[in-house]
Amino acid sequence: MSDEQGRNGNGRRGAEAFELKVGLAEMMKNGVIMDVTDAEQAKIAEDSGACAVMALERVPADIRRDGGVARMSSVEMIEQIQKTVSIPVMAKVRIGHLQEARVLEAMGVDFIDESEVLTPADDEHHIAKHDYRVPFVCGARNLGEALRRIGEGAAMIRTKGEAGSGNIVEAVRHLRSVVGEMRMIQAMPEEELMATAKKMGAPYELVRYVHENGRLPVPNFAAGGIATPPDAALCRSLGAEAVFVGSGIFKSADPAARARAVVHANTHWQDPEEVLNACRGLGSAMEGIEMETLAESERLANRGW
Amino acid sequence: MDRSNASGPVVGVLGIQGDIEKHLQALERLGARGRRVLGPRDLAGLVALILPGGESTTISKGLDRHDLVKPIREFAEAGGAILGTCAGAIVLSRASTNHPVPTLGLIDIEAERNAYGTQLDSFIAPVDPPGDPAATGGQEEWAGMECVFIRAPRLRRPGPSVEVLARVDAEPVLVRSGRIWACTFHPELTDDLRVHQAWLEGLRARSMPAGPPADPSADPDR
Repeated sequence: MSDEQGRNGNGRRGAEAFELKVGLAEMMKNGVIMDVTDAEQAKIAEDSGACAVMALERVPADIRRDGGVARMSSVEMIEQIQKTVSIPVMAKVRIGHLQEARVLEAMGVDFIDESEVLTPADDEHHIAKHDYRVPFVCGARNLGEALRRIGEGAAMIRTKGEAGSGNIVEAVRHLRSVVGEMRMIQAMPEEELMATAKKMGAPYELVRYVHENGRLPVPNFAAGGIATPPDAALCRSLGAEAVFVGSGIFKSADPAARARAVVHANTHWQDPEEVLNACRGLGSAMEGIEMETLAESERLANRGW
Repeated sequence: MDRSNASGPVVGVLGIQGDIEKHLQALERLGARGRRVLGPRDLAGLVALILPGGESTTISKGLDRHDLVKPIREFAEAGGAILGTCAGAIVLSRASTNHPVPTLGLIDIEAERNAYGTQLDSFIAPVDPPGDPAATGGQEEWAGMECVFIRAPRLRRPGPSVEVLARVDAEPVLVRSGRIWACTFHPELTDDLRVHQAWLEGLRARSMPAGPPADPSADPDR
């Protein structure tokens, strides 16, 4: 690197450039990213029109059921999925696990999810994500959390929702919170920005960016509890620019049909006739969990600082 | 949906998946009006269409599911202009390799998908300078342009109808065949909109295509 923007002698920049990380997130906009646990599921996801897959050993619903420590997936499983599909492959690391992230980077995964779905490795700090060449996505429940993660180098933000619950209520809460706080900051006079940054625990420069632009500096996606085509459309109508579907597809009666239906509803979220078409012939959705039945200690969204 | 009140041409942006909004914003900045295209009837009255960046698998499958393959070919045959960036360039090509996807065959070139590797091989590089003997297409008008390549394809084996407009590392990155332009990088992600601008200027320079006439009663928001 020869200058402050990382250009080398030829004026070239590589994957460490933040524009390239955000650029890949831009390419996933208006798409559906699906959790898959093996190559066969990855193929179904790709054939249904997913714009990326998230490789993991157990979908969140099973992590929740099985308990125990949830870690980065086996490298053989991820490699098998990388060989099978041509769409981007994402994989999860535990919050703060610098070395799981280095392993996934060495494998050439396209995006890392520093995820509350896995058992945190550090209960105070997240990964310093600017130090990596691979882009990261992180979950957020509110704007302060989103801006802290972006400050650390996240190139994409997703709502946390409540993974593996099949219940959309938390994703809706988080989307409304992030989008509502952005509206508030955009409307506020300049002199209130610093106190707001302090209150939110967010970097001042990023609060300023939101004030001036009315949006995050990186794409803002939804995740956690999306189980049906109208769930995807709901997240889009609340401001999410794409959706992740975790347990919702491969825990349903007919995964291939549901995967195609969620993709269709996500593309046509502004057209109720098309969302209706997407709802036909799907069989049963995954079973859901009422939030009241989940103790605070069982809620994955509470992980992250 | 129309994004500005400018009086410039109405340009469609294929709305299936990808960085659709970035292209709509680029058009707005250039005084053109953008419209999302999600079905055959959205093509009515358009003179130009952008196939955005995104996932070529998703977009290719989406074209089929939205019955857009034949209408877009007819649009091109009738003289409609098309600009494909990255995934859009793959979709326009004669054929794709490395996990092939069905393509429209509107420009006589092959697209090798993910030809540089994974995201870790994505890069930003300046266009080759004009006058480079290896770069027949090293034109003055692109001098200094920074090209953003994200999991980009490479363009191989161009047919005689294909003109190379710009190269990076002596390889074609921007090509045209009449009004069909294919670009392996993402001009829409930068503030440098010379590619969009030059492509749109081609519309003004030539007469309107003999395509389906605009329906004045059509809802402009469709």
